[in-house]
Amino acid sequence: MLKIENLHFGVKENNNNKKIIKGIDLALDYGKTYVITGPNGSGKSTLLKLIMGLINQTEGKITLDEIDLSPLSIDLRAKNGLTFAFQKPVTFKGIKINQLLDIASGKKNNVGQSCEFLANVGLCAKDYIDRPFDDNLSGGEQKRIELAMALAKGGKVFLFDEPEAGIDIWSFENLTKIFSSLKDSINIIVSHQQKILELADVIIMLQDGKIEKMGSYQEIKPFLTESKCQRLK
Amino acid sequence: MDSIEQKLFEKLTELHKIPSGAFSIRKNGTSELSSTKEIEIVKKTHKNGIDIIVKPNVIGKSVHIPVIITVGGLSDIVYNDFYIGENADVMIVAGCGIHNATCKTSMHNGLHSFHLSRNSKVRYIERHIGEGEGEGEKILNPVTKVYLEEGAQMTMETTQLGGVSSTIRKTFATVKDNAKLTIQENILTTDNQIAKTQFKVNLTGKNSGVEVVSHSVARDNSLQEFKSNVIGKNECFGHVECDGILLDNARIISLPTVDAQCKEASLVHEAAIGKIAGEELVKLMTLGLSQKEAEEIIIQGFLLGN
Repeated sequence: MLKIENLHFGVKENNNNKKIIKGIDLALDYGKTYVITGPNGSGKSTLLKLIMGLINQTEGKITLDEIDLSPLSIDLRAKNGLTFAFQKPVTFKGIKINQLLDIASGKKNNVGQSCEFLANVGLCAKDYIDRPFDDNLSGGEQKRIELAMALAKGGKVFLFDEPEAGIDIWSFENLTKIFSSLKDSINIIVSHQQKILELADVIIMLQDGKIEKMGSYQEIKPFLTESKCQRLK
Repeated sequence: MDSIEQKLFEKLTELHKIPSGAFSIRKNGTSELSSTKEIEIVKKTHKNGIDIIVKPNVIGKSVHIPVIITVGGLSDIVYNDFYIGENADVMIVAGCGIHNATCKTSMHNGLHSFHLSRNSKVRYIERHIGEGEGEGEKILNPVTKVYLEEGAQMTMETTQLGGVSSTIRKTFATVKDNAKLTIQENILTTDNQIAKTQFKVNLTGKNSGVEVVSHSVARDNSLQEFKSNVIGKNECFGHVECDGILLDNARIISLPTVDAQCKEASLVHEAAIGKIAGEELVKLMTLGLSQKEAEEIIIQGFLLGN
């Protein structure tokens, strides 16, 4: 279980403390998909980053299977089973896609294995495997390879930050297939997309750094108003 | 070859044994040569060095000309001139490896000229390696002059990954109609090493072009200086990119000049120097690498991944 207790996060802005996460408590179970949604600035991505350790909470505790993650650096959280897919993938100069897949999976993959990771995100492996993961790839390609890296790494907790953003014509159907295939892990997805919201066992609606509502898609659907989910349509 | 020489040879040429084609292997100031019927290697009579003559229409062949120095106190200068026949397409692998275990300075200065005839192509790979625990300096000062005739294409890939105390690399080129020069330079300096590179490229021909990409990583107290001067005298295209990663107390200076002397000339330079991007480190750490491991992967990719 991933347990989040009394989580707070703030930043200093013009000598004032601006609170972004204002006391979140969650207990998330294996084998379930949680979709975090809410208006821009409600703290969705911040919550995901706090779980991965990309930023550090000002107060509160995060534990995974009773291991306190709070003192652990990003890499140690990764080794403890946390896997993060960025909203905007980070590209590199000169690091090849197959090398990143090897790093992600923690071993040297043979060509067949690397191909499988890429095929899962709808890419023809032979066109990509030996290419650098750089800005010559389109935004959609980068996004799919980011997903392939997350899948190659595997883990107990998957954190996807707006995985559908910029995913191009490859379509949500394939994306949702990927999420459906992650049956044993704790899957946490930040999204506004209806098809992804429909996948959720639990939708967590954030508003102004707090949980406003939690429940199944059917329970939350009436509250997913145009203003709150502008990108829903 | 003894084991030190063999290791240097392998690093320079990526070969495990002496190649079967044309070669010149220069060891501590003396050369062993081999010609083929397509590529002739002739020792100069009045000074150190060789002429390498590639006959017209020779395609897919390679020439290896490594220089190996394993003694301290040696100062070696060679003059190598390459003449590439029309329509030929060859690969030339050169470079110098110094293993200096003494306290005396070892130095190699290679002065190369390339004369590419019409529509010929050359891929030139040059590696510089410095090794040895001695306090003696390892100095390499190559000068390369390139003359590209109409439609000729040359790609220069130069790599120096640490170990060389001091290097000043000068490259001069003249590029005629429809000819193109591509230069990819990768340099790592550590400790108190100094590496300076200077390029001067004259784009004289219509539709001539040059692309220079320099990737530098400077660590410890090392210093790198990149100077380029691309002169457009015709309808031409020039692009110079200097990217540097700085670590510790190192310094990188980039001094690019573009000099357009014709209104049809299109010349671009870009320079970016800084520390390793934080987001790159973070990304690799989310895949389970420590910060140190992530730094090494980023540097390796930056220097060797092209």
